[in-house]
Amino acid sequence: MDKRLERILPKVQKPARYTGGEYNQIIKDKADVDIRVAFCFPDTYEIGMSNLGMGILYSTMNELPYVWCERVYAPWGDMYEEMKKANVPLYALESGDPVSEHDVLAFSIGYEMAYSTVLDMMDMAGVPIHSADRTELLPLVIAGGTAALNPEPMADFIDIFLLGEGEEMNNELLEMLHEAKLDGWTKEEFLKKAAQIGGVYVPGFYTPILNNDGTIERFEVADGAPETVQKRIIADLDKANFPLNPIVPSTEVVHDRVNLELFRGCVRGCRFCQAGHVYRPIRSKSPELLVEQGKALLKNTGAQDITLLSLSSSDYRHLSGLCDGLLEYCEPRSIGLSLPSLRADNFSIEIMHRLQKTRKSGLTFAPEAGSQRLRDAINKNVTEEELLNTCRLAFEGGWNTIKLYFMLGLPTETDEDVLGIAKLANQVLHTWRLYAKNKNRGVRITVSTSCFVPKPHSPFQWESQNTMEEYIRKVNLLRENIRAKNVVYNWHDPQTSYIEATLSRGDRRVGKVIENVWRAGGRLEAWSDYFSFERWMNAFEDAGLDPSFYAHRPRAKDETMPWDVVDVGVRKAHLWHEREQAYKSELSPDCRKQCSACGAAKLLKGGKCDG
Amino acid sequence: MDKLRLRFSKTGRAVYISHLDLMRTMTRAFLRAGCRLKYSEGFNPHPNISIALPLSVGCESLCEIMDFRLIEEKELDDILKSLSVQLPEGIEALEVYGAERKVKEIKWLKISGIFEYDERDAAEMTEKLNAFYSRESIVISKKSKRGVGETDIRPAIKEIGFAQEGNDVRLDAVISAQEPTLNPELIADALRQLTPETAPDFAKFRRLEIYDENMEVFR
Repeated sequence: MDKRLERILPKVQKPARYTGGEYNQIIKDKADVDIRVAFCFPDTYEIGMSNLGMGILYSTMNELPYVWCERVYAPWGDMYEEMKKANVPLYALESGDPVSEHDVLAFSIGYEMAYSTVLDMMDMAGVPIHSADRTELLPLVIAGGTAALNPEPMADFIDIFLLGEGEEMNNELLEMLHEAKLDGWTKEEFLKKAAQIGGVYVPGFYTPILNNDGTIERFEVADGAPETVQKRIIADLDKANFPLNPIVPSTEVVHDRVNLELFRGCVRGCRFCQAGHVYRPIRSKSPELLVEQGKALLKNTGAQDITLLSLSSSDYRHLSGLCDGLLEYCEPRSIGLSLPSLRADNFSIEIMHRLQKTRKSGLTFAPEAGSQRLRDAINKNVTEEELLNTCRLAFEGGWNTIKLYFMLGLPTETDEDVLGIAKLANQVLHTWRLYAKNKNRGVRITVSTSCFVPKPHSPFQWESQNTMEEYIRKVNLLRENIRAKNVVYNWHDPQTSYIEATLSRGDRRVGKVIENVWRAGGRLEAWSDYFSFERWMNAFEDAGLDPSFYAHRPRAKDETMPWDVVDVGVRKAHLWHEREQAYKSELSPDCRKQCSACGAAKLLKGGKCDG
Repeated sequence: MDKLRLRFSKTGRAVYISHLDLMRTMTRAFLRAGCRLKYSEGFNPHPNISIALPLSVGCESLCEIMDFRLIEEKELDDILKSLSVQLPEGIEALEVYGAERKVKEIKWLKISGIFEYDERDAAEMTEKLNAFYSRESIVISKKSKRGVGETDIRPAIKEIGFAQEGNDVRLDAVISAQEPTLNPELIADALRQLTPETAPDFAKFRRLEIYDENMEVFR
């Protein structure tokens, strides 16, 4: 081990997250590989190691014999300080080698607040942060992940964005890079050829031309680059590589368990939800394969918990059979099976009864809005009756902790809708009084509100976000109206949501803001320990930009969005139609009732969407 | 099945795995090895394993022991073999055997250490360290749960000697493992407190062997 590191590690919190060496890590001989990839997650080890996408792509990239892909995470503040003091550059966990010795820095960007950490990790590695300052082919800086679906805010820093699911696309790019490295291509040559790979967006080939008011007139596209870049998907998940030997962390991480992915996409079409639209079309895995994979994962890791992942577990067609199949293995071994993202319906309670036989932890539901009218407007297909019925069954079944998630500031929201949240919480409490099996144990109802952030590629991408003052007013209104002592109210601070809104629909100019924040010391901004609102405001001012332009300005129907160059499958016309439905408070049927021809099925090239 | 004992070493990168994390890491390794640990009874069952003399983060050891029970009979050799391939880098299973002696019979620990000096002469330091530790009493202040207290660490040191090793100074010592427990770090801490001019820039330690009261190797 590096001598400097040996002296630092005893001084920092939880040093095991900085050492690598975990069971199932992939070690290769440097001499046997031509391409070394530093797979960078712009947040801590604990968060990154819980990310299923990282695990999958780590495995697929390492399938290439000439590639060694290693993990890199952002150090926490104490380690960061010590590394700076001792002049230790950012290093990869498997080999301990500096990231600067790698050919590729590949970033997985899941959320906007991680942007400044991406710059920081490049800097800690000694790599120039601007794409234009990296004139050689290597190191190549690439990025993917949900936040990359609006690539523009990070366009000045990243050489190549990989849009959509990376299992196949990443390896196609690495294969081309292998050839390029061996044959000595220039960076320009390589980028030109790479732009022909499906899902590859080379921001340098696209120049946004602005109108006087700061909106985008059009993109000037360099010769040979596609007008729009269509995201990539894996058509058949049953045939895709799914790692059955994931790394077992030697220290505690956020989700300390194995994850089994049921399906991708979502049939629901909630209008605020980016994930529900950008991960379409719907593709499921077969229950037989899932049982087999679940058992293998548990055997190969020794994990004592397994989670079934998807955007809406209740919508997996074979959920009941799958749970039976897994429980048969889990129960005799005291292995816990958990199932997040359940809908508030009877079926969920029946399933939960089977999963939580002895220990009844809490139940969590997300009605998202307090009134039926607003729930219809956002297309959250759950009725008050259904929710209360579910709560009744839960209370009768012995549960006494219920969490309810809502959003404030949804389009068309009135004070009546806000007060509806308090009313609904009271009705849940009333239901408990009527039906609880054992009232002596008491009840705990937690109401949480977050601030709505309009997201690209969702039907609400044109919407204005509430101002921070408006959010605070709504929070206070709700606080005054939630009085029962059994109901706890938690709310998100609107400052982070405001910044998130400026970034999520940001254009290329916002890159300067991100750079300013980073230069002023901003990293790990998703953590309240490090987030500084003032630093963001200063950064906007120094960049000569108005944050309100990005967060609060309603967009015109035909405005060219910074992310219009990205085709996620779902048509813009469909999104607009859904937006109009919202203003009429009209529901759209879910995909299983009636296909709305959203457009995502075209990505399957003839295959069938499971919606 | 009877109580069994695993002897293992913890070196290299694994020294940063904390005691609690090590328990979880071991539990998982046993499950992967197909050795089903006996669980505690009750509302929240957990595997009944215990690792003697919790090791400080950063300290290496060649002589760790962990007691456990399995729910099914298995050949000791098979347990060792199947476990060996399931451990993370730096943890090595050395031996599995029936736990006959009680862990509380452990009394002495043989340790070694490396004291690094960036700008001072190792030969000179060696001499000074030997002189310092020939004192009969070394009273230092030590933080405990009850606040800062004074403690004499010398009686907890049975044997101690320093020798030059390249640019470093090597420590060899036999110290009290329990009642009282002497954290080897205190050997360097004492220097920092009482003779800062001889305190190393960095010190690291390694457990070599465990003994009972009569200096017989404990197994």
